[in-house]
Amino acid sequence: MSRKRDNYEESRWRKFKSWLDGETDLLEHGMDAHEAVMREEDPIIVPAHGEGKEILKSKGIWRFKQFYKVMSVVLCLGVILTLLWTVAALPPRGDANNPDNNEVAARYIERGLQETGAVNIVTGMILDYRAFDTFGESCVLFIGSCCVLLLLRLDGNSEDKELEKMVAETNDRHFEPKNDIILQKCSCVLVPVILMFGIYIVLNGHLSPGGGFSGGAVLGAGLILYLNAFGYKRMGKLFTEKLYKRTTLCALTFYCLAKSYSFFTGANHLESGIPLGTPGAILSSGLILPLNICVGLVVACTMYTFYTLFRKGGM
Amino acid sequence: MNINLVQHLVLNIEETVSIILFGIGFTILLLHRNLVKKIMGMNIMDTATYLFLAVKGYITGRGVPIVVDGIQDVEAYINPVPSGLVLTGIVVSVSSTALMLALTVRLYERYHSLDLDEILILAKEEEEQI
Repeated sequence: MSRKRDNYEESRWRKFKSWLDGETDLLEHGMDAHEAVMREEDPIIVPAHGEGKEILKSKGIWRFKQFYKVMSVVLCLGVILTLLWTVAALPPRGDANNPDNNEVAARYIERGLQETGAVNIVTGMILDYRAFDTFGESCVLFIGSCCVLLLLRLDGNSEDKELEKMVAETNDRHFEPKNDIILQKCSCVLVPVILMFGIYIVLNGHLSPGGGFSGGAVLGAGLILYLNAFGYKRMGKLFTEKLYKRTTLCALTFYCLAKSYSFFTGANHLESGIPLGTPGAILSSGLILPLNICVGLVVACTMYTFYTLFRKGGM
Repeated sequence: MNINLVQHLVLNIEETVSIILFGIGFTILLLHRNLVKKIMGMNIMDTATYLFLAVKGYITGRGVPIVVDGIQDVEAYINPVPSGLVLTGIVVSVSSTALMLALTVRLYERYHSLDLDEILILAKEEEEQI
């Protein structure tokens, strides 16, 4: 049947079959086809911009694209159906006897208040029992902002960069209308409220829903609104790159020092010398409050840096 | 057998919805050539995971895990562990999304295109020129 066809080796069925048999990986296979077609046409290509679209229309690429689309849909349907099949085998939702409601969760609920002093069990869990995990989390956020800084920052060292910076500045002024009176008056009212709310969420992390991450995000939003309304010049008085660096460094170092001694105690229980205080009071639960403040500062700085970097490439 | 399967899926409707969301995100990730849309697909997948975890921690008829009136009974609160996991997931997804978007910005500045195919071809041409 199809074996008699001359171009059997090239046919879609052959490719599909070889993939099914596990001879070739789908992605690798696709890459190979891509490269092969490219190589065939190499001598004709004059390396210049605008040639890309011509290549995209060539037949081999078109066929590869169709193949890729079909296989993507098949793969996606396969993944969804497998997962749905698994979900059908899961225990019913909301049943207290489900295996994930085991002794770990019970221990957190029953002893959490005495051991961590936090009314909010989730905060007690993430900032006391699993504080080292949360330290890793803030580091992920810090490393993320460092990478974005590396990728998007415009340095003023060479002449080229100076020009680029000026272009970015002009673009910024072009797209963002400055000194908008409605925005300024509104943000005069809103920014203090937003910042207060953010601080409230951070400080009450161990008493009510919230904590460093959510409160930090609210603080960052307040800073961004202020920047949008009043521009970089006014913002420079409140928040500079130096301040950003110092705050983040201090917060992370404090967190690290406060929690890394659990390595020496075998990462077992995180005893702090600070008394736990009365549950429900704002000055309670030992190290959780300072740690929440640290996390909040890191998150707020990171959010604000992300915004400035994406907007203009610097503070 | 089949009816049983569907019954189970309806019983676990939230999980089913999260799986379908995950599938939608995965399809977008694979099928769209636009890098920004790929990142959106990735974010939809993240959201589906949060929904799944949040549902896993839920227990019918119990309250949020914040101690009220000194009641420290397991019967009174939902499972706090998945909530903590969702928090971790959100933070990681925010950082990875920012990193991906920054890379996309750099790619666009260099090749003036968001189409992955065009970028690959232009990059190859550039390589040959060297």
